[in-house]
Amino acid sequence: MENNFLLTYLILLPLVGAFALLFINKEKASAIRITGLVFSVIAFVVSLIVYFGFDHSSSEFQFVHKFTWISGLNIYYFVGVDGLSLLLVLLTTFLTPLTLISSWSSIEHKIKEFTFFMLLLETGMIGVFVSLDLFLFYIFWEAMLIPMYFIIGIWGGKERIYAAIKFFLYTMFGSLLMLVAIIWLAVYASESLGYFTTDITQLYKVAPTISRDIQLWMFLAFGLSFAIKVPLFPLHTWLPDAHVQAPTAGSVILAGVLLKMGTYGLLRFNLPLFPEASLYFAPYFSILAVIGIIYGALVAMVQTDMKKLVAYSSVSHLGFVVLGIFAMTQESVQGAVIQMINHGLSTGALFLLVGVIYERTHTREIADYGGIAKLVPFFAFSLLFASLSSVGLPGLNGFIGEFLILLGSFKSGVLNSWWFTAFAATGVIFAAVYLLWMYQRVVFGEVKNPSLNGLKDMNAREIFVMIPIFILIVWIGIYPSTFLKVSEKTTAKIINQVFTPVQTAEKIINNR
Amino acid sequence: MYNNIQEFYNTLPLVIIAIGILISTTIEMYSKKSENYLSWFSILVFLSSGFYSLLTLDNRSVILQNMLATGGYVHIFYFIFTFSAAIICFLSIDYLKKYDAYFGEYYILLQTSVLGMMFMAGAKDLFMIFLGLEVMSVSFYVLAGINRKRLTATESALKYFLLGAFATGFVVYGIALIYGTAQSTSFDVIASRFSDLSGNLLFLTGVLLFLIGFSFKIAAFPFHMWVPDVYQGAPSTVAGLFSTAGKVAAFSAIIVSLFVLFTSGAMKIITPYLSVISVLSMFFGSIVAIAQTNIKRMLAYSSISHAGYLLIGLAASNAAGIAGIIFYLAAYSFMNLGAFGIVSLVEGKEESNLELNSYRGLGTRQPLLAALLSLFMFSLAGIPPFAGFFGKYYIFIAAIEAKLTWLAILGVLSSVISVYFYLRLVVLMYFYDSSDELEIAKSNTGLLAVFISAILVVLLGILPGTLLNLITSYL
Repeated sequence: MENNFLLTYLILLPLVGAFALLFINKEKASAIRITGLVFSVIAFVVSLIVYFGFDHSSSEFQFVHKFTWISGLNIYYFVGVDGLSLLLVLLTTFLTPLTLISSWSSIEHKIKEFTFFMLLLETGMIGVFVSLDLFLFYIFWEAMLIPMYFIIGIWGGKERIYAAIKFFLYTMFGSLLMLVAIIWLAVYASESLGYFTTDITQLYKVAPTISRDIQLWMFLAFGLSFAIKVPLFPLHTWLPDAHVQAPTAGSVILAGVLLKMGTYGLLRFNLPLFPEASLYFAPYFSILAVIGIIYGALVAMVQTDMKKLVAYSSVSHLGFVVLGIFAMTQESVQGAVIQMINHGLSTGALFLLVGVIYERTHTREIADYGGIAKLVPFFAFSLLFASLSSVGLPGLNGFIGEFLILLGSFKSGVLNSWWFTAFAATGVIFAAVYLLWMYQRVVFGEVKNPSLNGLKDMNAREIFVMIPIFILIVWIGIYPSTFLKVSEKTTAKIINQVFTPVQTAEKIINNR
Repeated sequence: MYNNIQEFYNTLPLVIIAIGILISTTIEMYSKKSENYLSWFSILVFLSSGFYSLLTLDNRSVILQNMLATGGYVHIFYFIFTFSAAIICFLSIDYLKKYDAYFGEYYILLQTSVLGMMFMAGAKDLFMIFLGLEVMSVSFYVLAGINRKRLTATESALKYFLLGAFATGFVVYGIALIYGTAQSTSFDVIASRFSDLSGNLLFLTGVLLFLIGFSFKIAAFPFHMWVPDVYQGAPSTVAGLFSTAGKVAAFSAIIVSLFVLFTSGAMKIITPYLSVISVLSMFFGSIVAIAQTNIKRMLAYSSISHAGYLLIGLAASNAAGIAGIIFYLAAYSFMNLGAFGIVSLVEGKEESNLELNSYRGLGTRQPLLAALLSLFMFSLAGIPPFAGFFGKYYIFIAAIEAKLTWLAILGVLSSVISVYFYLRLVVLMYFYDSSDELEIAKSNTGLLAVFISAILVVLLGILPGTLLNLITSYL
């Protein structure tokens, strides 16, 4: 296969940008910001080139670049995209420049370090989505923790240190067990294939032959790491801390992209590698997902802090994605994929807006607001728009994802019960309650808090950040097939991998 | 002594150091200011011996009446010893003035200790191991107390000496029992008779005592008691040497003496012992390190837990395990040298600035040092893309190939615990602002040493293949 360097450029661009920053004097704030922005915008352009060159009709990995990295262990530098990873790469490169613009005035000290870590983070995120070798994937997966840890720890709120350490330890715990499972897989491959490998296109053929008992353990080792990242109830407790303490840009990336790595991992690794275990665990994971949907929504309802409310709404929304994945029908998995994108857009927008208002008033307590509709009309409109998108109003993006997931899980033969759908659907209603109730308390009514007088509306820069997000929200809501068709073949392939009767190890050895 | 000129060339790495010691002693005798040039002279000696070893990996032979092996992985060990010692020399140039121990003898002792390590790594005979062990250890005892006016240093030297002598007793007793049952001290002979001896309780006791003696030297639990006190009391550069080259030497002795047993799979008898002390060391080191407030003690406990990871490789007792240990030792040496190097740079007069709290806000005051120290901490914690991660990865592969998956799982759990205290230093440096000003004496050579270590840690993390291929092809 011809090597295509485009994805490698995409990974390297932010990295080069980050190191270019080191040569700029730290006093030159705008030079630093512009450099960071330029590199992230170029990365977005490159990802668009990938998008337009992508062949929707194929479920194969495209833009593949592969060379031997560590020959002794048969480890490859192996990157490529399919429909699933392409959408998430686009989401990453789309959100990063927007978060950089949004932190133009909110980050005032250590700008150089901040931009440096944001760019490193972007490299890490893109790397996670395009890696096709488990070793390479793991490197990006772990390395990405370092910049996020610094972003929360240095620029976060009062409890930032606690939140940063908790975030790091939780994620590390899960991923180290995954590391053992990765090595186990590679050793298993060396026994059945005759050579040590962590190349997932090879492992897709080998791993399903693992005996069922061991598959269950392997599934759990991978699944735990991803479930912590998603986060699936009851492993979500790091999320509110990390979200609330992180600076706005950090929260947006955390909610928008980092959480998707968990659901991406489930789709990319758990389902195709361990099909028998996936079918076994599907109902259990779905139950946890549904509990997460309802629990997240109920807890969000009683929050007095806007950012915490949005954080818990993430637990609820990601529950839908997990339910969609484990319902394992074409509709539900497609819904899950589009819901990953939706959540990145709408929750990203909500975090950005909370950041906008916090920058002015330095409070996130809902009770401190009220009646700001007249003071800041642009803000009020944007918040309404983002909330409605998150609620799942028909015509906006959230509706498409949730509808497909609910439809798919209703039809699902794996779950084989309409209870999942019924309970999950209440999450949609609860979402409307907590988001619109918050909206009502913040925006409507009389201005009770005198310090709110003189509140300035969003400036041109802040509005500029919201516009592209809103365009996409409407686009997905009205014409989702632009995005659905990208991932269609890939999701079909993944479902097929789960249900294909397992080839025995002997067959593989004979075909070798 | 030599049968031909080639044999002489093969021993050249040792000969260079030995000649270096003679010349240094002479300089020290006749010059008042020997310390000024002895540092540079030792660096020259170390680097020439080290790079010569690296260039002559193919000179594989067993020479001097079957006493010493040359070439191959032995030379890789030589390179690690000499290179670490060279880095220590770079760090010592300015450190010793600060530490009030500006003596030329220091560098001579560094050279003798390295010569001892080389005897151990190249040994083909139990006597050679013992000789090397003593040459290294005696130099270490003196180095720990190089400033005799300091109470802490003297305490450290005395403790090290007493426990070291105790451990040597175990080794000697073990050697005696092995000799008594196997009727030889040559590794090859012992290995060839192993199948008859594996049921002999006296022989196995000998092997166990031998291993216990070296468990002291590698600082494995429960033979670790001396480590925190000695590291704390000894000069920081010397502590850096103990925890890197000293530990590498002890591991190399275990590997060379039991190598045949490792690769033949006959080691299975000792696997339970190794696994148990491995698990205990990992967890004990990681958990107790959390409670430390002194950075040198913290690094001491971290080195105990790293001994545990390395023992996983020994317990796996397969080729991947041995290769993994050698890689891990190289990676560990460079990251620990870097960490101790920065400790020695930050340390002030009269052993000030050694508390963890002295590192508060280092990120703003000394951005370069803080960034490098974070890099070493992330690497020690085993986070990619640094060398420490790949070392662990390779050791875990060995464990899983040897069907010791449970050991790998315990290994990663202990890593999670260790992340906490490694990150705490990063937290202090970056997430807090400091109130008092920290004065840091400038040291260009020291900074250079730390920088070289950092580059190696990154390179071994991103491109581990080069070293790995070297190790596996010369094993």
